[in-house]
Amino acid sequence: MLTATRAIAAAVAVTVSVATAGCGVTRGDASRDLAMWIPNSPGGGYDQTGRAAVSVMEHDDVTGGDFEVTNILGAGGSVALTRLMGAAGDEHTLMTMGLGVVGSAYSFALPFKVTDATPIAQLIEDQEGVLVPADSPYESIKDFVDAWRADPTGIAVGGGSSPGGPDHLFPMQLAEAVGIEPAEVRYVPYDGGGPLTSALLGDKIAVGFSGLGEFEGQIAAGELRVLAVSGEERLAGGPAADVPTLTESGIDLVFTNWRGVLAPPDLSEERRAELIAFIEEMHASPEWQQALEDNGWTDALVTGDDFGQFLDEQDARVASTLEEVGLL
Amino acid sequence: MDNLSLLWGGLESAVTPENLLWAALGVLLGTFVGVLPGIGPAMAVALLLPVTYGLEPTQAFIMFAGIYYGGMYGGSTTSILLNTPGESSSVMTAIEGNKMAKAGRAAQALATAAIGSFIAGTVGTLGVVFFAPALADVAVRIGAPSYLAITIMALVLVTAVLGTSRLRGFIALFLGLTIGLVGLDLNTGQPRLSFGTTQLADRLDIVVVAVGIFALGEALWVAAHLRRTPMQITPVGQPFMGKDDWRRSVGPWLRGTALGFPFGAVPAGGAETPTFLSYLAEKKLSKHPEEFGRGAIEGVAGPEAANNASAAGTFVPLLALGLPVTATATIMLAALQGYGIQPGPQLMTEQPDLVWTLLASLLIGNTLLLVLNLPLAPLWARLLRVPRPYLYSGILFFASLGAYTVNLDAFDLFLLLVFGLLGLAMRRFGLPVLPLVLGVILGPILESKAREALAISGGSASGLVDEPLAVAVYTVVALLLLVPFVVARLRPARPRTDGGATPETGKRTDDGELVER
Repeated sequence: MLTATRAIAAAVAVTVSVATAGCGVTRGDASRDLAMWIPNSPGGGYDQTGRAAVSVMEHDDVTGGDFEVTNILGAGGSVALTRLMGAAGDEHTLMTMGLGVVGSAYSFALPFKVTDATPIAQLIEDQEGVLVPADSPYESIKDFVDAWRADPTGIAVGGGSSPGGPDHLFPMQLAEAVGIEPAEVRYVPYDGGGPLTSALLGDKIAVGFSGLGEFEGQIAAGELRVLAVSGEERLAGGPAADVPTLTESGIDLVFTNWRGVLAPPDLSEERRAELIAFIEEMHASPEWQQALEDNGWTDALVTGDDFGQFLDEQDARVASTLEEVGLL
Repeated sequence: MDNLSLLWGGLESAVTPENLLWAALGVLLGTFVGVLPGIGPAMAVALLLPVTYGLEPTQAFIMFAGIYYGGMYGGSTTSILLNTPGESSSVMTAIEGNKMAKAGRAAQALATAAIGSFIAGTVGTLGVVFFAPALADVAVRIGAPSYLAITIMALVLVTAVLGTSRLRGFIALFLGLTIGLVGLDLNTGQPRLSFGTTQLADRLDIVVVAVGIFALGEALWVAAHLRRTPMQITPVGQPFMGKDDWRRSVGPWLRGTALGFPFGAVPAGGAETPTFLSYLAEKKLSKHPEEFGRGAIEGVAGPEAANNASAAGTFVPLLALGLPVTATATIMLAALQGYGIQPGPQLMTEQPDLVWTLLASLLIGNTLLLVLNLPLAPLWARLLRVPRPYLYSGILFFASLGAYTVNLDAFDLFLLLVFGLLGLAMRRFGLPVLPLVLGVILGPILESKAREALAISGGSASGLVDEPLAVAVYTVVALLLLVPFVVARLRPARPRTDGGATPETGKRTDDGELVER
């Protein structure tokens, strides 16, 4: 995987340098230029969201300047976050981030949290799903939860992220919601959706927790079943459209993998308001609505101080979950 | 046989003069990008992929197949000529291939690699044609305990390549295992040996380690001696493979193919382990084991075939399950999705035309690669006639460029230099580099599989042996360890009961002396 991400990064780096060399002088006012940092590799979740937002803003010429997208890889987003903190006062930089980056800041023991940056906006939410192989004895989320309560240490569950990532936080919070000690959960981390799929298809683990995007083929073919989705409402489309939410099944948990935008710390109030206005203008355009639909994202615009408050809550929740499983 | 006629249909629609031109273009482009040191097939394909967009699907497939095989072959070319492998699976090719090149047999090494790749790629693709759906179902059953057992077998076999001094061999091996520990621990999400920097929080790229130790280390070593030793011009030698080269290559080609394909077909099998096993198997089977380590053609033919057969095998999980299992396969998946193909369980039934055209394109790309590159082998080999100071400064330049462009981070250059200095120090103190590189490759596999197996079983040791394949492999490991021991115990009694053994023992001593010389 490492080589793959590096290869794609190199390809993009070359493409970007060629592209920027070609069009660097077409527009005038450099004071209106912006950079968007992406904390993972091209093709990943942050990359899709960040690039979609940038392309809508460029299409509508929201900022009046050039927009440069840079992928800054490493340590689950910690490298990019560290650079963002180092760019205090820089009024021309934004960074796409999300729940995974909140956890990475803890895993890598960074001397700061995501809440130390300037919150701009939350953009979207992505639901997680509870996946089982076709021949699993669990027909509903209730079947699984009953079995899980009876023997929490005996059932191996897995996810596509290491501890602190969304696929790890979700089963831990689900366990807590149904009265299981999170530290007792037998969680097996896999390196992304591919290895997780083969572990499920090969009956190596009983249940998988992940975003559903990478599993659509297997779900449509009936090789994997979705027992529940984690959002507030059922999915609007796709092969898992009829799957009930956790709350419908009487479990008091709404968990979403969200993504949003941060700016460096120490920004002036005026500039912050201006950046938020860019995002709001982007959000209002039909192209963004189309991007939401194409990618199956749930619209979840929260801006400014409200987003800051949301970040505080998320940060506290991640910290308490990691503490309960003994990773903090 | 139904599959055969479908493949034939795919070939018919794919072979037109125009399409062959696209394939030739793809092969040339792929080879030229692939030969840049430090750029492996994954990166070559990623870099050139956009070129194929805008073509109609069949032409795009064919050109893509050309780029893919060209990139693979280009990678082995630099491994052989410049000792700069572009990905972990061509590390074994570099070991013997570069020794051959230095002995003036670069053309033979390149030719045996090309023909071996062709045979393995063709047999492997046919394997995908006939077995993909059936094999995919079996393959997902193979889990962490079996991989762990196979990796342990590989580590036990490493002792065969420790070199003349066991102590130095083990020092190198454990250095490699330690380097393999650097970075994020997947099971706890904590960074290890990262010294508080976020740049070391991800695992070290094996390419940076291998290029640093092989190429940079050697360039520094040569530079340190250039003033004292007269400059040698690398002999160029024969342009083509001789009769003896053919005879010695055929077996490794076929055995390498047989080893590589299954590893590619099982998810997470990877291409490193089969190349390594092939190298060891050839060393054991060779009539000239003393040549290993100084340029044995079997040591190029086998691993190179294993590498390519494994690459073809990765199409099994990729097409049948939608699972990308290697770096190259991940890029491939992105490419297929770009062409409107959604790999997965339904692909074979929903879009059969595209699948058969793709497989036919792979066969065509593979064939054209052989046709174009075999005559080029002697030309590439002449690259080594560039005077050494220029050659090595060129290697340094391209190795640095390759390390830097990946992340545009100067820290990677620093890492490259550190490993270059380590390589220099290892040459100075006589530490073999092969065990180190194997440690870097096998260590993380060993750890992650062991911990996955134990995580699934909740820490119970029974989780390590709950797959039949794992038990079978452990039995082989036990035999590997016990048989030489038992034979050694029995041997003193032998000359008395069996007089025929004496001359054979004598011959072995001769070989042993040859190694020392």
